[in-house]
Amino acid sequence: MWDKLNELVSSPHYVNSIPFIWQGMQLTMIVTFTGFFFGFIIGSLVGLMRISKNKIIYGIATVYIELVRGTPILVQALFLYFAVSDFFGINFDALTAGIIAIAINAGAYIAEIVRGGVESVDKGQMEAGRSVGMTSTQTMRYIIWPQAFRRMIPPLGNQFIISLKDTSIFAVISLGEMTYIMRQYVSTTGEPFVPYIMLCLGYLIITVPSMVILRRVERRLDV
Amino acid sequence: MIKVMDLHKSFGSTEVLKGIDAFVEEKEVVCVIGPSGSGKSTFLRCLNMLEEITDGDVEIDGVRLMDPKTDINKLRAQVGMVFQHFNLFPHKTVMENITIGPVKVSGISQEDANARAKGLLEKVGLGDKADVYPGSLSGGQKQRVAIARALAMNPKVMLFDEPTSALDPELVGDVLEVMKDLAREGMTMVVVTHEMGFAREMGDRVLFMDQGIIMEEGKPVDLFDNPQNERTQEFLSKIL
Repeated sequence: MWDKLNELVSSPHYVNSIPFIWQGMQLTMIVTFTGFFFGFIIGSLVGLMRISKNKIIYGIATVYIELVRGTPILVQALFLYFAVSDFFGINFDALTAGIIAIAINAGAYIAEIVRGGVESVDKGQMEAGRSVGMTSTQTMRYIIWPQAFRRMIPPLGNQFIISLKDTSIFAVISLGEMTYIMRQYVSTTGEPFVPYIMLCLGYLIITVPSMVILRRVERRLDV
Repeated sequence: MIKVMDLHKSFGSTEVLKGIDAFVEEKEVVCVIGPSGSGKSTFLRCLNMLEEITDGDVEIDGVRLMDPKTDINKLRAQVGMVFQHFNLFPHKTVMENITIGPVKVSGISQEDANARAKGLLEKVGLGDKADVYPGSLSGGQKQRVAIARALAMNPKVMLFDEPTSALDPELVGDVLEVMKDLAREGMTMVVVTHEMGFAREMGDRVLFMDQGIIMEEGKPVDLFDNPQNERTQEFLSKIL
């Protein structure tokens, strides 16, 4: 027992794994931030489509959301990377596939966050905006959206963390993000304990500050 | 100024307005009274198309609402609306609440809009509140800001939907004072209200609505002191 503990404490893998973590983390962050950015754009559009009175627009949005939410992101990534590229003869690399997978996946969940946020704003706000003569687009932009967005921040933060962690499954499409690289590290060194602890820390280093920043943004937007 | 022609409004299979004919002259103050559920708020909301009209038509300053060529946004800009629950924009300052319409709809510069808003705030007695957010105002102050916001568009008509019903009793007076000033300045006003004192004092005419129609209308003195319709008598006896 003491030997094992001693071995753990004095393990060289803490330091040795850092360059690998750092290398993987860069890709993890690129995929997460880029994917989430496009996911937010998709989610905002689809979320507003979900509020539409037009049955076709509403239907398209609903089908998209249910398709994505009803299937695992692992399968979505496999489908995108292997099936879609094969079928259409488009050869995108693992990085592009990963970004698209995150964007499409997060987009569906963000759409529901957007819908909920917009619907939570009192109906009287739209009426007040319209009755000073603003169009529904103007009222959405200047009155509804700013209020809805503030309420969307906590669930968006949640989704951001989920998306971040989702990138770890892109190991199956050989995207060299943090988890992929550390699995390689473990299989090369034959030492799992410390490298995987370092991997966990690698994720926490991104998530914890993100949460702190989000909470600060939320408070600043609070009126 | 306003002409209402056989106005019908249904929500699903429930007919709320069953054929309303009414008019409002320029500079006239018309008060609409009646029991809750009588359709008086719906009637008012039809006047600026916050409710879609099922049948019939409304003409405001010569423009028909149901005419497909009518630009409803342009028309709404000329019809001020004051809501029971104020509906101020909570994420904007009092000043921004008042100027957003003139700036975004009428295309007035922010400086000009600010200058005008200052004047309007003075007028409603809130000159010192320009930079605060609505959350820190009392109900009566909120409603006065809402009135200023509607006035900022230079409306031809002001619609009031139970403007004092959500207020604490001691705050009602300030709002009514502002409305009385407006009426004296010659603003055309349609006021749905439970304030019989206001209707009696300021109303040029009073409409009594019940069950989706106008049961009785007349000068306040006649309608309040000598109601002809049985339903009017019953209603007035309950509240006076």
